[in-house]
Amino acid sequence: MRDASLLNVKGIDAFYGDFQALFDVSLSVDAGQIVAVIGANGAGKSTLLKSIAGLTHPHRGEILFGGAPITNAPAFDVLNRGIALVPEGRRLFPSLSVEENLLIGGQSRRPGPWTLARVYELFPVLAERRHLPAPALSGGQQQMAAIGRALMSNPRLLLCDEISLGLAPIVVREIYSRLPHVVTEGLSLIIVEQDIMQALRAASHVYCLQEGRVALQGPAHALTREAISAAYFGV
Amino acid sequence: MSRVERATRSSRIGVALVAVALIILALAPYWGDRQTLRLLAEMLTFAALASLWNLLAGYAGLVSVGQQAFVGLGGYLLFALAILLEVHPIPAILIAGPIGALVAIPVALLIFRLRGAYFAIGTWVVAEVFRLLASQISVLGGGSGISLPAAVVIAMAPNRQMREFEIYWLALALTAVVLGAIVLLLRSRHGLALTAIRDNEQAAQSNGIDVWRIKFIVYVLTAFGTSMIGALIFLQKLRISPDTAFSVNDWTAFVIFITVSGGIGRIEGPVIGTIIFFVLRQTLADLGSLYLLMMGAVAIAVMLWAPKGLWGIFAERLGWQAMPLRRHLMLEKKP
Amino acid sequence: MTAMQWFNVVLQGVLIGGLYAMFASGLSLIFGVMRLVNIAHGDLIVLAAYISLMVTQALGVDPLTSLLLVVPIMALIGYALQRGLLNRTLGEDLLPPLLVTFGLSIIIQNGLLELFTADSRRLQAGAIEIQTIQLTQSVWVGALPLIQFVVAVAVIAGLQALFYKTALGRAFRATSDDQSVAQLMGLDTRHVFAMAMALSLAIVAIAGVFLAIRTNFDPAIGPARLIFGFEAVIIGGLGSMWGTLAGGIILGISQAIGAQIDPGWQLLAGHIVFLAILAVRPQGLFPKVSG
Repeated sequence: MRDASLLNVKGIDAFYGDFQALFDVSLSVDAGQIVAVIGANGAGKSTLLKSIAGLTHPHRGEILFGGAPITNAPAFDVLNRGIALVPEGRRLFPSLSVEENLLIGGQSRRPGPWTLARVYELFPVLAERRHLPAPALSGGQQQMAAIGRALMSNPRLLLCDEISLGLAPIVVREIYSRLPHVVTEGLSLIIVEQDIMQALRAASHVYCLQEGRVALQGPAHALTREAISAAYFGV
Repeated sequence: MSRVERATRSSRIGVALVAVALIILALAPYWGDRQTLRLLAEMLTFAALASLWNLLAGYAGLVSVGQQAFVGLGGYLLFALAILLEVHPIPAILIAGPIGALVAIPVALLIFRLRGAYFAIGTWVVAEVFRLLASQISVLGGGSGISLPAAVVIAMAPNRQMREFEIYWLALALTAVVLGAIVLLLRSRHGLALTAIRDNEQAAQSNGIDVWRIKFIVYVLTAFGTSMIGALIFLQKLRISPDTAFSVNDWTAFVIFITVSGGIGRIEGPVIGTIIFFVLRQTLADLGSLYLLMMGAVAIAVMLWAPKGLWGIFAERLGWQAMPLRRHLMLEKKP
Repeated sequence: MTAMQWFNVVLQGVLIGGLYAMFASGLSLIFGVMRLVNIAHGDLIVLAAYISLMVTQALGVDPLTSLLLVVPIMALIGYALQRGLLNRTLGEDLLPPLLVTFGLSIIIQNGLLELFTADSRRLQAGAIEIQTIQLTQSVWVGALPLIQFVVAVAVIAGLQALFYKTALGRAFRATSDDQSVAQLMGLDTRHVFAMAMALSLAIVAIAGVFLAIRTNFDPAIGPARLIFGFEAVIIGGLGSMWGTLAGGIILGISQAIGAQIDPGWQLLAGHIVFLAILAVRPQGLFPKVSG
């Protein structure tokens, strides 16, 4: 059953410079599934996503996507295979307009349902500001643009790195309310979140990282608050 | 009590070797023929020029492809002082230093507005300006250049052999002083700051080092030394012209090759590189421009695959240093 | 000298400024995309001139027609050069790209010297070289300088269009903004950089051929072209292509006026204006304000 998964991360050790950020981490995502990865700051959540996306490569272990190994694939290759990352801090291209940012997201020309029109349908506020330079948008709008940009590549797996960071709760709720629309065509999602409640509400499966190790994992509805606290804080 | 020690076994050997070398070189007029003396003098001046370039680029991070500006300036100052003001050549060489430094001040203020590779091209522009200005000075030969008058040459020494000995010893002395000054600088507090800049400029800045000021001082001091050496070079050549004085090939390309192949950012590099360069030159000299072509290719290869140069390979692997520059904290053992 | 004569001097300066702007745009294009300053840029311009020489001799065509071959050849050289050599030098340290392109400059100069000797050459464009065009009642210009200026403006306009209206231009700007996020978008930055260099050398090809028709050339004139391009970039201001055109024109006019005062002052006048602008307005006259 494991090997029918869309994404299979098997026992990876990952480093952030000289510092080991992940110890023997395993994770799997099935098609159409939403998986949340939670954990305190420095627990290794971002490093996990970066390892999957190909920005960094694990020193040990392997990563399989659709059965094929992508452990050492460069980031542009990973995107072309169908994994898109919404990076932490949005990181829109400042020299490009909103629309150009979206278009760049689509430059890989992967076939699929996501087009400029559809992204504007999902986030109408972006359509109003399409020709503005990206830095002119508010934090929440930039986050929407970053998600839209990733969707434009028609991924099979979308990685969202801390999309609630620095945003007002009402904005976070609005963005999360759109996520179900995103997942409809069998798109899978990994969301890394510090906002635990939001993560538990959105995901069907949860992994909790603590100091680089998987401290807890299971279906979202089955995990108790106590178990999560214990895993999160390592008490 | 704990103390900071600088010497290591390799540096003690290094200092001893340098002392021995100095003695042998000082006696060269007695064991070497005329050709050998000329070659040695040339090697010494290149070692000095390369060491200065290394200080600028390898330590202060100021990559200049325009040091020929000061080589030529020094040369022209020698000729101007000797011909127009009838100054004896040897004091003229010494005067060229401070004047070169003075000229370097406004130059630095201008080109320090450029960063990185644009700074490098800026230094080239300055050298071009100097070259063009020199061509306009008709009393010094204008575009075709001028020879050192016989009267000046004779003022140095009564016969040719004495003159050649004098120039050789001058080259040795000047090179020794320049290299010695560089070692002393690197041993000092400022040297520590420079090494920090070499290793990581941003970190150095955030540790309170006034990077701009140090770079400025190093640029001016390098101009000081380069001008004096330039004066000496053209005293030996007995003739100067704008194209030879400000030649990019001679005073920059060769110097860069020497420093890069020997090991940039390490004090031993330029000396090792000088030996490499002259060995290659003696063996390949008759190949003309093919030789320069190969030099360029070797420099590229070194930069890509052995960026620390020949010395760097040994120094990193074995922890060698020829001069006592490093600082070791010797912790006292508990009784 | 009369006002009309001065007008002509300035006009000549404007026209050659277009050529300088072409030198500059190739240089600033790759600096913009990958922060690389190609010290061999001027020597590559000269290389293009020699390639055109070989093409015109081998095929018996005129220099402007040879562009049909020279441009793709130079573009290919650019792609290979970047992909094979220069991509390895990119990174935090500024020394490797500088020293490698400097070494490249020496190699190209001496390679050309070995192949073609130091003899001065010129490309013959035929009748068009002496044709003149009447602009107004009392103003005539040479056809060739005018064509070259128009081509220069077209090149710069083309670059603007490419950068701001095409997918490749978007890729250039995105990669320049943030290399790793560009990778996340599926862009192979090694390829993007190589395309930028190919484009730069395509422009170099055009500039080289026009230069070679206009003046005598030999293997050693590369560095001076680099300096003119560089001065045009700094005078005009970093980041702005039309600023680069302005910079080239100002340089051209300075040189023309200098030459008028005294032939030996042509180059000096340009350098002095450059240094003056560096002194009083180091960001250039029309710098792009970063958004």
